[in-house]
Amino acid sequence: MSFISVFDVIGPNMVGPSSSHTAGACAIAYLAQKMNNGALKNVTFTLYGSFAKTYRGHGTDRALLGGIMGFSTDDIRIRDSFSIAREQGISFAFIPNDRDTDVHPNTVDIRMENEDGRVMTVRGESTGGGKVRIVRINQVQVDFTGEYNAVIIIQQDKPGVAAHITKCLGDRNVNIAFMRIFRESKGETAYTIVESDGALPADIVPHLMGNPHVHDVMLIQN
Amino acid sequence: MTDFKNAEELLTLCQSRNQPISEIMKRRECDLSEVPMPQVHDRMAKALEIMRQAAFTPLQTPIRSMGGLIGGQAQMLNAHLESGQAVCGSILSRAITYAMAVLEVNSSMGVIVAAPTAGSSGIVPGLLLSLGEAYSFSDGQLIDGLFHAGAIGYLAMRNATVAGAVGGCQAEVGVAAAMAASASVELLGGTPRQSLDAASTVLINMLGLVCDPVGGLVEYPCQNRNAAGVANALAAAEIALSGIRQMISFDEMLDTMYHVGKRIPYELRETALGGCAATPSGCKFCHS
Repeated sequence: MSFISVFDVIGPNMVGPSSSHTAGACAIAYLAQKMNNGALKNVTFTLYGSFAKTYRGHGTDRALLGGIMGFSTDDIRIRDSFSIAREQGISFAFIPNDRDTDVHPNTVDIRMENEDGRVMTVRGESTGGGKVRIVRINQVQVDFTGEYNAVIIIQQDKPGVAAHITKCLGDRNVNIAFMRIFRESKGETAYTIVESDGALPADIVPHLMGNPHVHDVMLIQN
Repeated sequence: MTDFKNAEELLTLCQSRNQPISEIMKRRECDLSEVPMPQVHDRMAKALEIMRQAAFTPLQTPIRSMGGLIGGQAQMLNAHLESGQAVCGSILSRAITYAMAVLEVNSSMGVIVAAPTAGSSGIVPGLLLSLGEAYSFSDGQLIDGLFHAGAIGYLAMRNATVAGAVGGCQAEVGVAAAMAASASVELLGGTPRQSLDAASTVLINMLGLVCDPVGGLVEYPCQNRNAAGVANALAAAEIALSGIRQMISFDEMLDTMYHVGKRIPYELRETALGGCAATPSGCKFCHS
């Protein structure tokens, strides 16, 4: 894992009132929109645990909506994210879920529907002090924090795809810090998450898409 | 590579290199993040600017909190100070005013710098900005103060906790006050050892403080507790600067704070089920 920076202590710079319930919520949604290729039309946030109980008083709802529109944790527009979303024609809903308690206390499911009809669901956890973790993409369990530059590849679980990915990255001189593959089940959809120390070149995306078993590629730069 | 795992190692580094805690922390940041010093410095300068805005704005413009439990306290304190009736003296009075102002901004969805958390974000800026005015510190000195405070907070994050849900308010306000006390000692000419003694003093004096926010909101008593944190920090700095030593080291106090925190009942760790939150007056704001 990365080290504890002085800016993890004197920081994050954030819209209050809570690093876990406001800044963390914003950070999860911010990561989710980075994973979404396309124009967002509809978003539903399902809130669990403490998020479900206290989201209004902590501005968790406004922070989530701000994050999904690409606002960072210290963007004062978070306060007005409801009206900004309406102006942008994004419809949104918040659904508290008190039934499922077998989740981290600050968990949210974000269902994003794009204008082209594509749907993606991301589950995130706010783990404290503004730190977050993405734990599920669609139906697949993953683990990723957004602290590193990352590329997420959605692929068919077939032989040779991982080799294709590492070759593309190697050809572009990308040094891999972490690389993990998560899958639904054998032969089905799999997610490869590659985290790198340095910046990732944007033209890595078409290169990776060059393999017929690669369905989609998401680039998440800090 | 500059790095340290505990206060003892930090002190050894300070002594062997003849450098203050702030300098060691700056070097550590540059070394581990591989970001050059000017950029690291600028990033902290931005944090200082946000802190200033948050500490000063509510003095003129009171802000109502999201949950409606607080708002306007900073303006009242400022008026009291300006009228010449401040019983604490201007340094402490101003520090309390700024600390409570920052919490006002935080609770109304304004921009603050978590230090180390949002709920305790008033203490470090409150004390440093007040001292800065009294002693005419430059921005460069205040930025050094923030790096120093960051070193103390880092040790708490690494070796204990700064989450109220894990360790109670002592882990949030207590640690913030330890950060502020230690940084103040350096700014006022004390040694690294005296700084760490001041940090230790704060944890001794705030040990066991529970986290019991009314209605589960980061508003009340959090705002008052930030004022208490500032006062504890200033007292600890005074004690250390007079030359008084503490028999218990900061490392030992962090360890103790963590263990005490884990033994605080669940109801008193940010669940709003006990303490102030469960009083008849506080319970009017209970969520079902």
